[in-house]
Amino acid sequence: MSAPTSVASTTGVPITASTTSSPPARVAGRPAAPVPPPTPSTAPAVRVEDLRIAFGRGPARREVVHGVSFDVARGECLALVGESGSGKSVTARSLVGLTGRDAQVRARTLALGGTDLLRFGERDWRRLRGGDVGLVLQDALVSLDPVRPVGGEIDEALRLHTDLTRAQRAERVVELLEHVGVPDPAVRARQLPHQLSGGLRQRALIAGALAGEPDLLVADEPTTALDVTVQAQVLDLLARLRDEGRTLLVISHDLAVVSHLADRVAVLQDGRIVETGPTAQVLGDPQHPYTRRLLAAVPAEHARGTRLSAPPVGPEASAPDAPIAADRRPVPRHPVGEVVARLDGVARTFPGPDGQPRVAVRDVSFDLRAGETLGIVGESGSGKTTTARILLGLTEPTAGTVEVHGRSWAGLTPRERRALRRDVQVVHQDPLSSFDPRHTVGRILADALGVAGVPRSRRRARSVQLLQQVGLGVEHLDRRPRRLSGGQRQRVAIARALAPRPRIVVCDEPVSALDVSVQAQVLDLLADVQAETGVAYVFISHDLGVIHHVSDRVLVMTDGEVVEHGDVADVFTAPQHPYTRRLVAAIPRIGDPTSATAAPTTTDRTAR
Amino acid sequence: MSAAPTVVPGAADRVHPAAVAGAVPAGVPAGVPAAATRPASRAPSRRTRAGGVVRRLGARALGAVGVLWGAATLTFLALVLIPGDIAYAIVGGPDANPSPEVLAQVRAEYGLDRPVAEQYGAYLLRLATGDLGTSYRFHAPVTQLIGEQVGPTVVLAASAAVVAVLGAVAVALATAGRRPAVRGPVSGIELVLASLPSFWLGIVLLTVFSFTLGWFPAIGGEGWRGLVLPTLTLALPLGAVLAQVARSAVEEVLEEPFVVTARARGLSDAAVRVRHVLRHTLVPLTTMTGFVVGGLFGGAVITETLFNRAGLGRLLLSAVNAKDMPVVLGLVLLSAAVYVVINLVVDATYPLIDPRLRRTS
Repeated sequence: MSAPTSVASTTGVPITASTTSSPPARVAGRPAAPVPPPTPSTAPAVRVEDLRIAFGRGPARREVVHGVSFDVARGECLALVGESGSGKSVTARSLVGLTGRDAQVRARTLALGGTDLLRFGERDWRRLRGGDVGLVLQDALVSLDPVRPVGGEIDEALRLHTDLTRAQRAERVVELLEHVGVPDPAVRARQLPHQLSGGLRQRALIAGALAGEPDLLVADEPTTALDVTVQAQVLDLLARLRDEGRTLLVISHDLAVVSHLADRVAVLQDGRIVETGPTAQVLGDPQHPYTRRLLAAVPAEHARGTRLSAPPVGPEASAPDAPIAADRRPVPRHPVGEVVARLDGVARTFPGPDGQPRVAVRDVSFDLRAGETLGIVGESGSGKTTTARILLGLTEPTAGTVEVHGRSWAGLTPRERRALRRDVQVVHQDPLSSFDPRHTVGRILADALGVAGVPRSRRRARSVQLLQQVGLGVEHLDRRPRRLSGGQRQRVAIARALAPRPRIVVCDEPVSALDVSVQAQVLDLLADVQAETGVAYVFISHDLGVIHHVSDRVLVMTDGEVVEHGDVADVFTAPQHPYTRRLVAAIPRIGDPTSATAAPTTTDRTAR
Repeated sequence: MSAAPTVVPGAADRVHPAAVAGAVPAGVPAGVPAAATRPASRAPSRRTRAGGVVRRLGARALGAVGVLWGAATLTFLALVLIPGDIAYAIVGGPDANPSPEVLAQVRAEYGLDRPVAEQYGAYLLRLATGDLGTSYRFHAPVTQLIGEQVGPTVVLAASAAVVAVLGAVAVALATAGRRPAVRGPVSGIELVLASLPSFWLGIVLLTVFSFTLGWFPAIGGEGWRGLVLPTLTLALPLGAVLAQVARSAVEEVLEEPFVVTARARGLSDAAVRVRHVLRHTLVPLTTMTGFVVGGLFGGAVITETLFNRAGLGRLLLSAVNAKDMPVVLGLVLLSAAVYVVINLVVDATYPLIDPRLRRTS
């Protein structure tokens, strides 16, 4: 908040923003890097006291933030951590007045650098947004206007907050892009968001938020949609901005992500801050049971073969006082049995849009045994899903053989294929889109049982049995998917996959859309099901922590190729291939301040 | 336009311009225009080999020829199948009382005594050379008659289209996502306007603005004053439909995360709508405009009659009344051609609106 503080210091009287003059004109062409030293002031960069946010009116009124208070000191990085519905995003957006039209924001104090935001009108907000506070949203593909060049988006912020001429702005856009580590900034500025990779897009988005030289940067899940190596680079960039003296408020569901960036952490649960303190203290010695549960739920090597979630007191066990998962009970294992599937030299090419064949998968071979879990890990476009589809018999390989129970998909009649399909089931990332929204859970399961040849009279009883197996009950039979929580939906998807008693279940990013505590429950459930039935899993994920936790063996894929294949412990502790090493090094780990720095492949360090 | 073809090959692929790059539309004129949908908005721009482009253009041209051929055939069939003797029409309409010799002479002269298939072949052959035939009634070339009347209709249709599109965009941008107290009544008025029969709307406009207030002439009228009421009669129902489409598109775009980013940059609400949202709205709006502007020709029949204006609509009405079939056929073909051209224009417009649909870079 440069404007109000500078005004206040000259007059000696704190004044509200509604009476302040416009922000001081920015010096043309000033380099982006260091934030001007603020006039000495005792006011913290952000002060929030007893913030309450509600949506709707009358009987539909629903308060989602119940009295949140926190301060962010100048140059500090505070992380608001919580699961979906904890109110973290809406809290952050209340600082820029973008909570939405039907939101009611009340607070004892809501101030930026001593400026009272509670009296702000639309005009004041507009001056503040971009000029004093920069907002960075997740997934820049949809957070940047898809039909405008990324440079145009940055230019827009410059036009609003500086007096630069058009030519000066064009120059500044390139400078800003360069500052955030975008190579060839002049070229990139003219490109559309979809022509940039995810990491470059996110950098461009950050450059746009920095254009007005705000002192405070609010980053809402800034790395959530990114691959792990790219995530590490963006975290590096944010850390550098913090080191340059900017105040950072980071919103995340991921404790590991914030552990390297934040000076302090505030843990939100259901609209309340349950714990706050220095990062090392909160993550290293959590006091509140909810924080402890969150930390325990993070799948990583130390949790391998153990339970992630609290003992099942209820299907979604979320009572705040529920016992925490401190016991780390080991999960019983089913003995690994005979080979149920075998891929040998499988390759698949697709015709590209330019007519040239593109290799999606090349020379993939593996055996899958009953009762074991094979993890396939790789970043987007690495061929994980194509491999899964080939195993499922949904995509024909252009070379190599696929055998399920010793039978190849290729030689089968449609009827035999259908019979074999029962043996290989799949669980997708987003079950909502793989369920007919008009069908009830009962109908969804009955359909699957019908395909499996279960007579009509026994389907209901078997459905209830399946629901119980996945931790749901008979009361869920009549629900529709939309009325279920994300975790419950994924449980139904698992129940449906189990309906024909398959030998193999392909889990394609099954927990990627879930909160960490729900993810923990679903991962535990999958382990229980495997112990009980001896089903084999092919588990696909971009999340190395999840892969590390669930897998017996791991395939590491990049650009359609398997670069490493071996026992999970070997791959993660002693990676052989350079790509695997980069991947493993990029995993953000809680309490290890060295791990989240990217491999030295980024241009960040040399950008300026 | 009652005989306007419903078969528009451009329409099928027009709905998803992003997909056109990959899939070459079949040269078969099939597919009733589907509902206006947004083209796949996140599809990456694709490069197509030169051969693909040529194939695509060739297919498009074939489709256009197919539509015209279909329209010509349908109208020819209508001509053959409708009751009544064409020869009578040629010699002077229902009131004439020609002798059998005259009728026979006329039949021979116009080839009406030959087999239908032969007539059809001769008809197509003449069409292929650009000859639309000779009016039975005016004994003048149909192309000449159309040429004389096309001006006022083009002026009317163009002004109606401009008023409808601009009005729809303005209303949609101004009212989308507003309080129910603002949005509800506007949407209600649009619904009423879209549902009104246009002749009734024209009569209401005449009564209010011409007979009562005397602001605009009731009949004919020179210059822009005479154009106002006919334009409104045509444009209001059209604009109302377009506004509904545009508003739902605007509201969809307003929910996009990049709108939050734009606001977080400090952009005002109006600037967000004009600088960011408008462009995204234009894609579905262009699709819809393509469908409805083709229909303006049909609307012109009623409007021109009501306001006693010269134009193709009046020409068509009188030709139908007089069974002056070459003129009717000519106008039907013209209408089909207009549809085809508008479709091509709409297709060419998408890449201008959405740079992701551009083929290069």
